[in-house]
Amino acid sequence: MPANFSWIRPEPWGIHVVPADCWIDPAREVPHALVTHGHADHARGGHGQTVATPATLAIMELRYNTREGAVPVEYGETIRLPGDVSATYIPAGHVLGSAQILLEHAGERVIVTGDYKRRHDPTCPPFQVTPCDIFITEATFGLPVFTHPPIAGEMAKLKARLASQPDRCVLVGAYALGKAQRVITELRAAGHHDPIYLHGALERMCRLYEDWGIDLGELRLVADARKDEMRGAVVICPPSALNDRWSRRLPDPVTSMASGWMMVRQRARQRGVELPLIISDHADWPELIQTIQEVNPQESWITHGREEALLRWCELHQRKARALALVGYDEDEDD
Amino acid sequence: MEEFAALIDALVYTTSRNAKLQLVADYLVRTPDPDRGWALAALTEGLDFPAVKSSTIRNLLHDRVDPVLWTLSRDFVGDTAETASLLWPQPLTPAAPPPTVSEAVDLLAGMTRATVGVQLAQLLDRLDGDGRYALLKLATGAMRVGVSARLAKTAFAQGFGVSVEEVEEYWHAIPAPYVPLFDWAANGATPPDTAALPLFRPFMLAHPLEELEVDLADYVAEWKWDGIRVQLAHAGGETRLYSRGGEDITGTFPEMAEALMIPAVLDGELLVRGAHQGGEEGGAASFNALQQRLGRKVVSAKMLADYPAFVRLYDVLQLDGTDLRDQPWTERRAALEGLLARLPADKFDISAVIAADHFAHLATIREGTRDDAIEGVMLKKRDSPYVAGRRTGLWYKWKRDPLLVDCVLMYAQRGSGKRSSFYSDYTFGCWDGDPDAGAELLPVGKAYSGFTDEELKRLDKHVRQHTVKRFGPVRETDRSLVFEVAFDSIHASKRHKSGLAMRFPRIHRVRWDKPVHEADRIAALQALVRD
Repeated sequence: MPANFSWIRPEPWGIHVVPADCWIDPAREVPHALVTHGHADHARGGHGQTVATPATLAIMELRYNTREGAVPVEYGETIRLPGDVSATYIPAGHVLGSAQILLEHAGERVIVTGDYKRRHDPTCPPFQVTPCDIFITEATFGLPVFTHPPIAGEMAKLKARLASQPDRCVLVGAYALGKAQRVITELRAAGHHDPIYLHGALERMCRLYEDWGIDLGELRLVADARKDEMRGAVVICPPSALNDRWSRRLPDPVTSMASGWMMVRQRARQRGVELPLIISDHADWPELIQTIQEVNPQESWITHGREEALLRWCELHQRKARALALVGYDEDEDD
Repeated sequence: MEEFAALIDALVYTTSRNAKLQLVADYLVRTPDPDRGWALAALTEGLDFPAVKSSTIRNLLHDRVDPVLWTLSRDFVGDTAETASLLWPQPLTPAAPPPTVSEAVDLLAGMTRATVGVQLAQLLDRLDGDGRYALLKLATGAMRVGVSARLAKTAFAQGFGVSVEEVEEYWHAIPAPYVPLFDWAANGATPPDTAALPLFRPFMLAHPLEELEVDLADYVAEWKWDGIRVQLAHAGGETRLYSRGGEDITGTFPEMAEALMIPAVLDGELLVRGAHQGGEEGGAASFNALQQRLGRKVVSAKMLADYPAFVRLYDVLQLDGTDLRDQPWTERRAALEGLLARLPADKFDISAVIAADHFAHLATIREGTRDDAIEGVMLKKRDSPYVAGRRTGLWYKWKRDPLLVDCVLMYAQRGSGKRSSFYSDYTFGCWDGDPDAGAELLPVGKAYSGFTDEELKRLDKHVRQHTVKRFGPVRETDRSLVFEVAFDSIHASKRHKSGLAMRFPRIHRVRWDKPVHEADRIAALQALVRD
């Protein structure tokens, strides 16, 4: 007997799976949580029980210093939850460990994507298109102005800048989980094998990625380096450190930032960025549309981001859709 | 167009003035005519294409993008040209190769309201995203990449190794794309003839008089008036008024353009009538009054009546077809005094020479200028020609000593460029009553200079350790530090809560030692107002 999706309820602080009494990426502490990926706005600490991929649990352990209540689920694995609900974790292609969660109950299938992208990323398995009835999708870059360019061109820009100003370093602001490691692996793939220097806040996450089998090449800490040895080098720091006093120890840094927002000139200017690198771990507008078309759900629910534009697109293409107002997800200015 | 687009993008992301100069200079040197001239015009004056407006771009996009999606995108991006450059659909069939800058300019100039829809679309189809952005910015005349006309001229001079004064002199003689100007600078061709045009001639400027005494037998003293320095040029039946940077401000002061009908180039101070500067006989209002007139494109009859402008003459560069700039100041002064009778008296007077017997006497007179709100004294070498720029030993400005008050640091903002990681812009306030009886601080000014690099480091640390609130790039600090602030004058202002506005405030000393309740009160500042 169809349940008409009454068993899944979007609430302001997360998506509630009612029969199992568990929450997806809840913004507050709950007894049972299903977590899509390790970014702080999705993976909060303090839940009684946290179901996530082993990599995501390792990231959360690094952040919160505890494995209490951790329940690992591999990609493709289905676990049974109370109330005759099952959950399957499917690669989302966002960061290491990131997953979409497929929920099944009473013959109905609902997917919560968390964050995702469709581009190649050497640090995590690619997004997998999975059929469902309701597709709950993110829309961080849900505006038609966002068509992110291929990453190879952005790497070429970075390398050209290094070559043209060998007395300076390029300081790239990149989110500590995912973006930093992606920039490093893509630089390596582009033939840059010099040591890359890290802000201390990135060290542990990079080591974790290495523990999970991702080769990042030679990394050094800025704290251990002499100013002169960083001339002509790439230095990576969290975006918050870009204009901080910390950067004074660097040799005349070119301020750069790796983010999907860098497409918009004023955004880059506001942050004092001289070398914008358009690199995103989220789906851009064409990818969001492609994904909705390929998944082809009965209905799309759109969360955290610019829901209005994607909603409008669904309307123009006779697709059923609604916007969810979830709190607690940062606009993710740094991503 | 790709090179121009790359230049525009590089300028957008560059904050340092030197780096901007280098970028513009390199582009001008390596780019052929007439592309570089059009690019220069786009960067400085802005090009005008009547058929291409912001609304044209909007309409063009409405045919290609859903209007709701357009509006949402435009609101997010905040710029029509940039939004359009990002949303423009790539053509299905390969378009023609990208146009050169001059080809684009020719095509844009040839468009009419009837053809712009098709022709502008064809042009956009030939460009990539950055190229479309540069084209649309060029077409709508609003580059906003932080390049002033002065910066562009300096870059031009730097690139070709010529003097910026000469560039300024010839620049206005030639319309875009300035081919003879490049020919002169790059190939040493004869410079353009400037005599028959009401052109801007570079100003002669003064050095500050520091720890120096001059002999009044060699130097003449004049007041330094607190208005704006202007040049009036009349030639070929046309009069133009230029600001110190060479900007044509004729439209803002139309009464002055009508007042000069003699072929001449005159240097003077633009002021507004009033009984403030120099007392009753001085006949000028405060700078505050002049400010009501500045920056206006349209001037109402009421404005003209309430704030009538006039020019207090300092010098004459050309008169009746003769260039006087090589002659000594004494000769030019005689010519200027002779000319005065031929000019309308309500629009022109002459900056009087101060009668001082010797330097110490002048110093005494200068001390007394405070009440008259004159900026200070000018010292001009009697035998000096009128030369462009700042030449040592010829002209000195001797500003009166600044006013000093003790203020309390309230807010700090991060600087830009080299100071981008430092809290280097400070807003400070004074007490609106007795601080021990619960008075509040009201902001009275903002300053970002007057301290050493060492002091800046210490101030930056102070701000970080004493932050109580953050508003984006601004931090509010606890009220714990006193600045001794220097400024030239203070005026009544409706724009500020304190009702006061300082002119040229800077940090004179950081009073790490002074308790904040000993800082000055608003009433003490009000007593310094001489409006």
